[in-house]
Amino acid sequence: MDAVIHFFQTFPYELLLIQTINGIVTGMILALVASGLTLIFGIMDVVNFAHGELFMLGAYVGIIVISSTGNFWLALVVSSLIVAILGAAIQVTTLRPLLGRDPLNTILATFGVSLILQNFALWQFGPVSRKLDQPITSHFNLFYLQYPWYRILITILSAAMIGGLYAFLKYGKFGIWIRATTQDRVMAQAMGIPVPLVHTGVFALGAAMAAASGVLFGPLGSVNHTMGLDWVLKAFIVVVVGGMGNLGGSILAAIFISLLESYASIWVDPSQAVIVSFVVLILTLLFRPTGLFATPK
Amino acid sequence: MTRHTKIYWAGFAVVMAVLIVAPLVLPEFWRRFLTEVLIWGLLAMSSDLLIGYTGMISFGHSAFFGLGMYGAAAALLMFSPPNLWLAIGFGLVGAAGAALFVAYFSTRLRDIYFAITTLIFSQIFYVIIFTWTKVTGGENGLIFSRPHFSIPYLLDIRFTSTTLHWFVLAVVTGSYLILRRVTQSPFGMVLQSIRENEARTRAIGYPVQRYKIVSVMLSGIFAGLAGVLYAVQNEFAAPDFVYFVTSGDTVIFNVIGGIGTLVGPIVGAGFFQLLRELMSRIFGDQFPYLIPVGFIFIAMIIFLPQGLLGFARRWLNK
Repeated sequence: MDAVIHFFQTFPYELLLIQTINGIVTGMILALVASGLTLIFGIMDVVNFAHGELFMLGAYVGIIVISSTGNFWLALVVSSLIVAILGAAIQVTTLRPLLGRDPLNTILATFGVSLILQNFALWQFGPVSRKLDQPITSHFNLFYLQYPWYRILITILSAAMIGGLYAFLKYGKFGIWIRATTQDRVMAQAMGIPVPLVHTGVFALGAAMAAASGVLFGPLGSVNHTMGLDWVLKAFIVVVVGGMGNLGGSILAAIFISLLESYASIWVDPSQAVIVSFVVLILTLLFRPTGLFATPK
Repeated sequence: MTRHTKIYWAGFAVVMAVLIVAPLVLPEFWRRFLTEVLIWGLLAMSSDLLIGYTGMISFGHSAFFGLGMYGAAAALLMFSPPNLWLAIGFGLVGAAGAALFVAYFSTRLRDIYFAITTLIFSQIFYVIIFTWTKVTGGENGLIFSRPHFSIPYLLDIRFTSTTLHWFVLAVVTGSYLILRRVTQSPFGMVLQSIRENEARTRAIGYPVQRYKIVSVMLSGIFAGLAGVLYAVQNEFAAPDFVYFVTSGDTVIFNVIGGIGTLVGPIVGAGFFQLLRELMSRIFGDQFPYLIPVGFIFIAMIIFLPQGLLGFARRWLNK
């Protein structure tokens, strides 16, 4: 009993709160990455293995734009646009010919794309990690820490983008096309919806979201050519835990897993904290293989 | 003997003869190269049992390969003098353990989900091996010396690069014959039936998940064997080989060579390594050879999904 009391007396409550905020910040970026992945999967049955590479390229394009113009927000927009165009090109050249084939072909094809993009980045930008400058450098006091406002801003921006996506899917004309295509591809085509265009548009949209999250994340960590795999892996875990193709579920799962990981890193090394998300995945597979937040049909 | 079996075994004998003679004529570098291709080929062939026959794409074969490697390393470091058979035994047990773990969880899911979970599980092993520095040497890996080829009371000889090549060739050939027998057995037929129509296979009354678990484990054990051979050849074990890149390469070998043929993946491994060697000779070491490989890979998925040996697929499986 004394041990329990001692545990609660010496428990680092401030640290817990700080880690809660940290977890939500990374969780929102992860949610942004994962919702692009979920969007593409839900509509096209394509698991985009190259999603992490689009994230990485987004960050690199961001670095280039910032170093030439000095404006972070311009970089965010330009990077999203460029990567969206790249995404559309990828979809037209590699995924469109595979339509109607076994979906496993698409995971192989996007794996090939990730190989090309990753090695292109290594070739062009070199193996040394780079850093993106924070657009806002002011801090506020959080216990003994100077907590950067920028992190709070990211959270709000990510939430706004996800909310924007949701509203767009719900009310926009193109959004309604997307939802119609998700429900019944053939019927949508029969009703005059240009399904190939919808596919390309969705892939471009998902790519833009990946790029935007890459630019937003840039100032928090280092940008290098292998960062894509870490993120796509986390996004995969989130997507499986949240229920494949379930937008709301993957957002909840992203925050849930990021929170757990940041709590775990109070006690263990951050590189080992990743194991917590693996454990969540295993437990999910054991007890709720359809996803933790899946709505029963 | 039918005409087909005659031609098949004649072809087999010719290829074997070429591979046996090869180390005697090739210079040292290419001898090593060929041995390595055979080892990568074994890894790719093991994964073909899943991709080509059971219809499940594994993106996690690096875990089995790596556990085989570290299992062998453990045996070679713990026992003195290092013993080849113990290394193989330890490696296979390690790989089988990892395979059981991965198979138990990931076979609950199908298709894409299976591919993703195998990837994530292999990453678990990577993180453990990378961070558990005390036991695995962490980032630096483990270095050990090559065991002798020994048969108790009879023989104890040091490997040269030629005899090592023959040993690897014998193991790979043996594995090929076993895997070929497996795919033609009633068990293998059930695996192929799962690939063609899982729901129907289940409806007929086969316990599909159990079959899948066994096929993942079988595949993992042979991948572990490849890991042991690689450790014996190169005298080190490094976490890099447990990383995703190894799994990705395995998938590339399969797609390029032709899935569902068993020998195709070996050809694919050879093609890939040759391409890499040629490009680094022509364009220099810094050349990102994986970019052209990626383009070839995508083009093959779109235009030649059967792979290089796809035209012979039926014939090879008869």
